[in-house]
Amino acid sequence: MPPAEQRDNIIININEAAAQTQFQNMKFAVKTWCKSGRARVGLLQLKCTSLVQGATSPEIEIETPALLLTTRKGLPAFIPPDHLSFLPSPDSRLLQFSPMHFMEGPNSKTISDIGGVHQLLGLQGYGFVAVPRDSILSLPECSSSNKNGASFETPSGRFLVKPLEYMKMISSMKPDLWVSLADEVSASVTVKRNKASVDRTITWLDHCISLKPRDGALFGSVVGGCSVEERQRCAHEVAKRNVSGYYIGGFGLGDSIDERSTFLHAVTDVLPKEKPRQVCGLGLPEEVLQGVAAGIDLFDSTYIYHLTLEGFALIFPLNDKCKQYESDTQLCSMASDYTKINLKATVYRKDASRIVEGCECYTCQNHTKAYINHLLNVHEMLAQILLEIHNTHHYFSFFRLIREAITEGKFEEFRQKFIERRREHLLAPSLGACELQTSVR
Amino acid sequence: THTMALRFEVLGRFNRARAARLTLPHFLCETPLFMPVGTQGTIKGLTTHQLEEIGCQIILGNTYHLALRPTSELIDDLGGLHKFMNWPRALLTDSGGFQMVSLLHLADITEEGVTFQSPVDGKPMLLTPEESIQIQNRIGADIIMALDDVVKTTITGPRIEEAMYRTLRWIDRCIAAHKRPKEQNLFGIVQGGLDPVLRDICVQGLVERNLPGYAIGGLAGGEDKDSFWRVVAQCTASLPESKPRYVMGVGYPLDIVVCSALGADMYDCVYPTRTARFGTALVPEGVLKLKHQSMADDTRPIDSTCECMVCKNYTRAYLHCLVTKDAMGSQLLSYHNLYYMLQLSRNLHSSIIEGTFPNFVCDFLKKMFPEGDVPEWVCNAMEVAGIDISSCSTPLNSKLNIHTSSG
Ligand SMILES: [Zn+2]
Ligand SMILES: [Zn+2]
Repeated sequence: MPPAEQRDNIIININEAAAQTQFQNMKFAVKTWCKSGRARVGLLQLKCTSLVQGATSPEIEIETPALLLTTRKGLPAFIPPDHLSFLPSPDSRLLQFSPMHFMEGPNSKTISDIGGVHQLLGLQGYGFVAVPRDSILSLPECSSSNKNGASFETPSGRFLVKPLEYMKMISSMKPDLWVSLADEVSASVTVKRNKASVDRTITWLDHCISLKPRDGALFGSVVGGCSVEERQRCAHEVAKRNVSGYYIGGFGLGDSIDERSTFLHAVTDVLPKEKPRQVCGLGLPEEVLQGVAAGIDLFDSTYIYHLTLEGFALIFPLNDKCKQYESDTQLCSMASDYTKINLKATVYRKDASRIVEGCECYTCQNHTKAYINHLLNVHEMLAQILLEIHNTHHYFSFFRLIREAITEGKFEEFRQKFIERRREHLLAPSLGACELQTSVR
Repeated sequence: THTMALRFEVLGRFNRARAARLTLPHFLCETPLFMPVGTQGTIKGLTTHQLEEIGCQIILGNTYHLALRPTSELIDDLGGLHKFMNWPRALLTDSGGFQMVSLLHLADITEEGVTFQSPVDGKPMLLTPEESIQIQNRIGADIIMALDDVVKTTITGPRIEEAMYRTLRWIDRCIAAHKRPKEQNLFGIVQGGLDPVLRDICVQGLVERNLPGYAIGGLAGGEDKDSFWRVVAQCTASLPESKPRYVMGVGYPLDIVVCSALGADMYDCVYPTRTARFGTALVPEGVLKLKHQSMADDTRPIDSTCECMVCKNYTRAYLHCLVTKDAMGSQLLSYHNLYYMLQLSRNLHSSIIEGTFPNFVCDFLKKMFPEGDVPEWVCNAMEVAGIDISSCSTPLNSKLNIHTSSG
């Protein structure tokens, strides 16, 4: 590496004790900062709140930036619970769920009787993060939200949820981390509506704090839409409150990726550096890199869900960050964009190779591209199970690369190379039609 | 005599019931055994790891579906179905004939074979006994089935006789066409409808061919239960003791217990996985409909006596919110239902070996019929099987009275 570049990437190691914040069930410490940006590597520790007959659940230690497993009603969409242990650990130990998934039941009393989400889902050694909104089953419906509560569009209908009801859910579900109720608005709302959303989100945060259960760390929600002033106002207010971390909402709701860095920076520059930050609505690799560059620590995995549904498998190289990938140009042009391939494509019909040779996931250890191609052709559910396993495994590795790059002081270089390579492939004129038609980039 | 790729050793008996070790090229199985149906090279919603975990010994693949997609040629090119789906244990494929007759209204059977309209381009196609075997040779299952002339059991008249004799003529064509007898076992299928004379002629004809195993076909097609068990009882009585007996398309847990008492060894049915997708769980008491509103707040597992991953971890209340809505609902219920069927097979095997088979049958019937109202056909079958179920069943006379008074 040229010396100039090395100078640009000086790493500052913050004294751990100084940067560490300790709460009852959660600890977070920034280990490494990237000087050229805001990106950081941290360590999130959770002491599981659920106690099984006196035995303390093991502590979970996860390095950030990290991916949270997106779930439907607490379990991955397709990965069976007995296969979760095959995913990289501890990376896979943190799951995100939306309490809104349980609007049709089981009711709060039943969940409380069962003992909370850990018991409900049979995942005692795992950490659960409750976020009202996800990007799949529970979408904020800002036109129906009002001063009393936030509205969500779910497969079982539209629900208005008031802070009191929300806190009742949190108390019965006993997640390890939970996010305060926010009034998330789309990018197209008026200045007035955007201002109101910040006011409400702060009011509801105070309401949530006043009703806060004993266990579980609270992440305060920061909104503010596409206004730097409102974003900063909200961040300042939330930073004053007694919260364990921050949830940055309002993204992926009609905002453009090009402007997003401005709003992300506006928020993270205001927030205390020693506390973790989570985001929702940033899924694509480019978006994750953008979020990491802004100092985000926790991401959701809705991208994996969408890829999986459309038959895509992630394939970008993981061993050497800068290595030239894929010599088979024909394969590239037909079903690949350097980061992923579409296993529905007929080129894989007789392909007895693995999705990624050397990949240690259950899918690649056991099945070929040809088999998954067949499963997709005949609409068998096992296709989604196998793809979600591989894609999740692979995306965990992507996050590991990001952490390594930050630790080694090469994050900006890594980010640029990654984005350039993917852009080249996305813009290639020979790009297969199946790729262009899909909503997943 | 023919080459065989299996060994069948009876380890224990109770009257007609037997527990055996069936050594197939890919797996050493224990009978009585239940074969989950993996139509398209996968059991819906389960990984092969999970199937091994729950003790699945052999999976059934449907030749008709596999021949359409991904095609038997492709499976062959990629090293056979075991390798294609990465299933190290045993496999069985059907002949494809039954699927055509049941799925395609335009299938027609002639002496040459089954003619049908291609679902791909609508052109008329012909599946001959030779071709069925050739396809199954390419797929490479441990057990392959002869192409038979399938007629509905509810049909009567000369068509039944024609189908039985044709099945016997076709078995010779199947045997002649079979190219891998050292690696694959060809089972013949007993036809003959509900007619004992025809069934007997068919059994004798097949036994003369000395096949590695025999199936009782043409059942589970809507016939009354009394006719059903009588055909099974008749066939098992005259089939050789030293060969496995497979009752095709059966069945419900009760059917499997009855057939095992009568001396049958192998079963297959889509019921456990299909019913799971509609939200129904199999339990010792019968079935549990998880969609029912009463499940919404029920914090118990599906079955407190079940040791499967689902029952160890999940409540009825949680499954209630998943079933018929989320993929995970049918995944978890299919897992439990198959575990239930495989555990039933294991219990049948061990109770026969341990000499406690009648106790097992009585316990099974007691849970399913707590009022003692064991169906008459079950009582009759158990009498023939020499299993005393008086401790769990209301005597036949009083049952007839109940029947008369309530009817
Ligand atoms: Zn993989
Ligand atoms: Zn169970």
